[in-house]
Amino acid sequence: MDTENLIALLVAAPLLGAAVLLCGGRRLDRVGHWIGTALAAVSFVIGLVLFTDMLGKGAEDRSLHQHLFSWIPVEGFQADVAFQLDQLSVTFVLLISGVGTLIHLYSIGYMEHDERRRRFFGYLNLFLAAMLLLVLADNYLLLYVGWEGVGLASYLLIGFWQHKPSAATAAKKAFLVNRVGDMGLSIAIMLMFTTFGTFAFEPVLEATGETSEGKLTAIGLMLLLAACGKSAQVPLQSWLGDAMEGPTPVSALIHAATMVTAGVYLIVRSGEIFNGAPDAQLAVTVVGAVTLLFGAIVGCAKDDIKKALAGSTMSQIGYMILAAGLGPIGYVFAIMHLVTHGFFKAGLFLGAGSVMHGMNDEVDMRKYGGLRKYMPVTFVTFGLGYLAIIGFPGLSGFFSKDKIIEAAFAKGGTEGWILGSVALLGAAITAYYMTRVMLLTFFGEKRWQPDAEGNAPHPHESPKSMTIPMILLAFGSVFAGGFFSVGDRFMHWLEPVTHHDHGDSPLSAATVTGATMVVLVIGVTLAWLQYGRRPVPVVAPRGSLLTRAARRDLLQDDFNHVVLVRGGEHLTRSLVYVDHTLVDGVVNGTAASVGGLSGRLRKLQNGYARSYAVSMFGGAAVLIAATLLMRAV
Amino acid sequence: MSATAVHSLWTTTAAASVNDGIDKIDAPNIEYGQLAPTLIVIGAAVIGVLIEAFVPRKSRYYAQLFVAVVALAAAFAAVVALAAGGYGTTKARIAAMGAIAVDGPALFLQGTILLAGMVAIFTFAERRLDPVAHGNRVDSFVAQAGAVPGSPGEQAATKAGFATTEVFPLALFAIGGMLVFPSANDLLTFFIALEVFSLPLYLLCALARRKRLMSQEAAVKYFLLGAFASAFTLFGIALIYGYAGSVSYGTVAKVVDGTITTVDPALAGTMGNDALLLIGSAMIVMGLLFKVGAVPFHMWTPDVYQGAPTPVTGFMAAATKVAAFGALLRLLYVVLPGLRWDWRPVMYGVAVITMLGGAIVAITQTDIKRLLAYSSIAHAGFILAGVIATTEDGVSSVLFYLGAYSFVTIGAFAVVTLVRDAGGEATHLSKWAGLGRRSPLVAAVFAVFLLAFAGIPLTSGFSGKFAVFKAAAEGGAGALVVVGVISSAIAAFFYIRVIVLMFFSEPKADGPTVAVPSPLTMTAIGVGVAVTLVLGVAPQYFLDLAGQSGVFVR
Repeated sequence: MDTENLIALLVAAPLLGAAVLLCGGRRLDRVGHWIGTALAAVSFVIGLVLFTDMLGKGAEDRSLHQHLFSWIPVEGFQADVAFQLDQLSVTFVLLISGVGTLIHLYSIGYMEHDERRRRFFGYLNLFLAAMLLLVLADNYLLLYVGWEGVGLASYLLIGFWQHKPSAATAAKKAFLVNRVGDMGLSIAIMLMFTTFGTFAFEPVLEATGETSEGKLTAIGLMLLLAACGKSAQVPLQSWLGDAMEGPTPVSALIHAATMVTAGVYLIVRSGEIFNGAPDAQLAVTVVGAVTLLFGAIVGCAKDDIKKALAGSTMSQIGYMILAAGLGPIGYVFAIMHLVTHGFFKAGLFLGAGSVMHGMNDEVDMRKYGGLRKYMPVTFVTFGLGYLAIIGFPGLSGFFSKDKIIEAAFAKGGTEGWILGSVALLGAAITAYYMTRVMLLTFFGEKRWQPDAEGNAPHPHESPKSMTIPMILLAFGSVFAGGFFSVGDRFMHWLEPVTHHDHGDSPLSAATVTGATMVVLVIGVTLAWLQYGRRPVPVVAPRGSLLTRAARRDLLQDDFNHVVLVRGGEHLTRSLVYVDHTLVDGVVNGTAASVGGLSGRLRKLQNGYARSYAVSMFGGAAVLIAATLLMRAV
Repeated sequence: MSATAVHSLWTTTAAASVNDGIDKIDAPNIEYGQLAPTLIVIGAAVIGVLIEAFVPRKSRYYAQLFVAVVALAAAFAAVVALAAGGYGTTKARIAAMGAIAVDGPALFLQGTILLAGMVAIFTFAERRLDPVAHGNRVDSFVAQAGAVPGSPGEQAATKAGFATTEVFPLALFAIGGMLVFPSANDLLTFFIALEVFSLPLYLLCALARRKRLMSQEAAVKYFLLGAFASAFTLFGIALIYGYAGSVSYGTVAKVVDGTITTVDPALAGTMGNDALLLIGSAMIVMGLLFKVGAVPFHMWTPDVYQGAPTPVTGFMAAATKVAAFGALLRLLYVVLPGLRWDWRPVMYGVAVITMLGGAIVAITQTDIKRLLAYSSIAHAGFILAGVIATTEDGVSSVLFYLGAYSFVTIGAFAVVTLVRDAGGEATHLSKWAGLGRRSPLVAAVFAVFLLAFAGIPLTSGFSGKFAVFKAAAEGGAGALVVVGVISSAIAAFFYIRVIVLMFFSEPKADGPTVAVPSPLTMTAIGVGVAVTLVLGVAPQYFLDLAGQSGVFVR
């Protein structure tokens, strides 16, 4: 059997799961979660088979194509359902289905007491199917289908506990903000169609050489807008923090490891377009740099453990976007950081979920403290994830983040210096806020109190179905980076797809690494001085102006409210006013005058045959006169 | 002058005339096969007259209905056979010594008239709507046409169970005239056909069972104004003869475009005088505009539509319009194409005021039959837009529109016959309030017809309107299309208003009842709905058919 025929099965397995679970009804309640997990695992196994098969081939034969059927076969508009599996997409397939399977497994324990667990697994499977479709599509239109599919699944899962108004609102917010980005993608696809006459990856990306820079810039900026929406980048970042209202496994899978990285995939996949549009590339790097600082600062101020991690996710994706904006210097490292981040951030979220599971769903870190004694496994796995994300030497994050900082300097010129410095600064802040999370949660005195009903939390270790995925992800957090970096293995693997360019760094690799270490130590020390050395108040102090702003997500919602909501309301109100007075006035006025005219003309119809005859005679006279007049003219 | 000379002159003349007569009068060459549709219908009408004379009163209704239906079906079969034989396209020709054209438009329109006539005959024959009078089932027509309204004679006739079964032969004569009208190929045949189908219609209008005075008033108005219009037409024909020296369409056309300069030396004084041509053609066109009900020759329409028995109104509104537009097309496309730059602007103006006038005045109507009358005026304007295109597409779009429109019209008037109260049909709009609550099916069917009139997609009205507007726009009359669309918007208001009235108003306590008709009216309405939906959803076959029928024989 040809391996390319397996590609469709990657998508089909979780899709089948979603259909069975969502249509199957109550009788599947007892086994639904196992069906969902098994089908996710099937996808992962098929992914592994395809991966090993690909390893056995030469670099140039590794791209597989499967044409399933013609979707919209109209002359001049060919939309196919066709898949493309190459080194880039197989990397994503393994990440999505691998982490996805682990999180399915974790959810069995986490969602044990939820009576809608079957539906939850149905949505998770739907998400996997859509996400795999997104990375496997061989054209932008099919990618768009997957793109909308993950948006839908994300909406359903954020609002999974829809009885909570906050969850319902958060789901709506995520959906609305994502629509803005989706609009960008659809415009980009339309532009591609008018420019290239097709939207399949290969012809589009091959034709970029003959296209004007202006058009490429326009397409690139629209793709960037799409990426901003899906990957929560400034200015469309506001939904991610609220999305933490969803169940924690969802935050881990969708809003940390996979879906939010779709924007990075989109930019790397469309690399040829950005290579031909330096202005769009610059915009990408600016967005990435701004977001990595934005997310990091927000992460410093949050007391909600999941929101702190959400800020961190935003910031880490900012790194990836920054790297993707650097062009061939950075594509490989963007994807590498994406994969290692997938491991450690999923692990961190699962750890956070485990802590909440033991703490009666308390999310305020100021009410944790000293948990390392109660949850040893969670502590160790979370701790390894922590070391990985701050870039502790030898762990995953160290390799991937360090490379991005190097690449940023290698961009060259003033831009390189600015971007590199921002990336370094971000690394320091990352070290600070992650240390803060670690100290508040696992160290110090225990600070939890009985709640209003007198139920004191009894912190305890989570069941095996939750700890095993955490342990497996911790392995990834520790070793993935090193494994990828030995002999530049990952770079050589992806190079045929993304190409690579070493750039021209003004600083040696050792200097950058040294600087990274220095800022790392500074960040950790600052956090320890503030939270480790002295007791932490249970009620947050008022804090500086910046702290207060950061607690409000750097006023993102206030900004949106003042500028967009109020502005929109004003615009709507004035349009309504114009509609009421001008449009309705014209319409009603026309109607009234037509009606009046009708009433007056009606009087001509007086019922006398003689006046009818006169009107006919007059009409005939006019007709004859007009005919003669036409000749005269 | 000597006697001999006188004698010789006398004998010579006599001899010459006798001899010449014997030599010159040839038996005319009549292609009976190609004229079969008309001959069958006229023959059946004559048989209908004989039935009135010789068949017992009790059996007349059935005999008349049978003859009429069989004749129309046979005539339609003849039309189909002619079309299948290629007479609509490759073998199109002029038959009966140049009097009748057998070509695509003629056959298409004859087929439409015959089908519409058949459906109309069904509504004529409906006898279950009016309450049974003195043990006899009665139709929409008066018991005895000659009886004075409200007189003892009328009551006696009703009591005796008389019925005006003459309506069937009258309708057949009218249909016969209508078949000839669009295929007439000389001006005399044209005029005779006009009178043959008009006179029975005048009579039919006067025959309503209820509201007889109104019906007779309508008939008199229609007759007077029709005679007035016919006089114009006849005068126009005379002027054209003076200009061209011939009444044959082909010859007149050749004189108009200058191919022939002289025909008859006796007319040397007037031939080629453009004033005669222009005035004459304007007068003939005026007669036709009267028949189709175009503004400003439309004023008879509301009164006659309201007064005539409703089945007759449906028949007139559908079939007359088809025949008259057919004749107008042939006149403008075959006789006067050389005069295109003169008549086009004039017709343009007529189309504009017809569309707008019909639509605007309809807004304030309160009687459903008058409302439909003004609607038919607006539709005449839309069809004129297709006529003005002066392209082959224009012809076929008009043909399609006429076919689509006639079935909607007959169906709509058939529905009007169903809604009744103690005084007969309840035609005042206020009575229709809440009809959708009481009789959802009837109201829904009527809503379908109204939507078709309004030109809403998925009904035949949309396909037809789209076809004529497209043809008009491609023919360079873009501004006319804009006016057409505006008029459609105005017209949509009053169609939708009736729908709103039927479905969203509370029914009145003393509201009308909906009579359950016999299968005859049901068939008429069913055919109307079916044609409306088929031509709306899948019009392509019929558009193609009309497209193939768009070429006149010259």
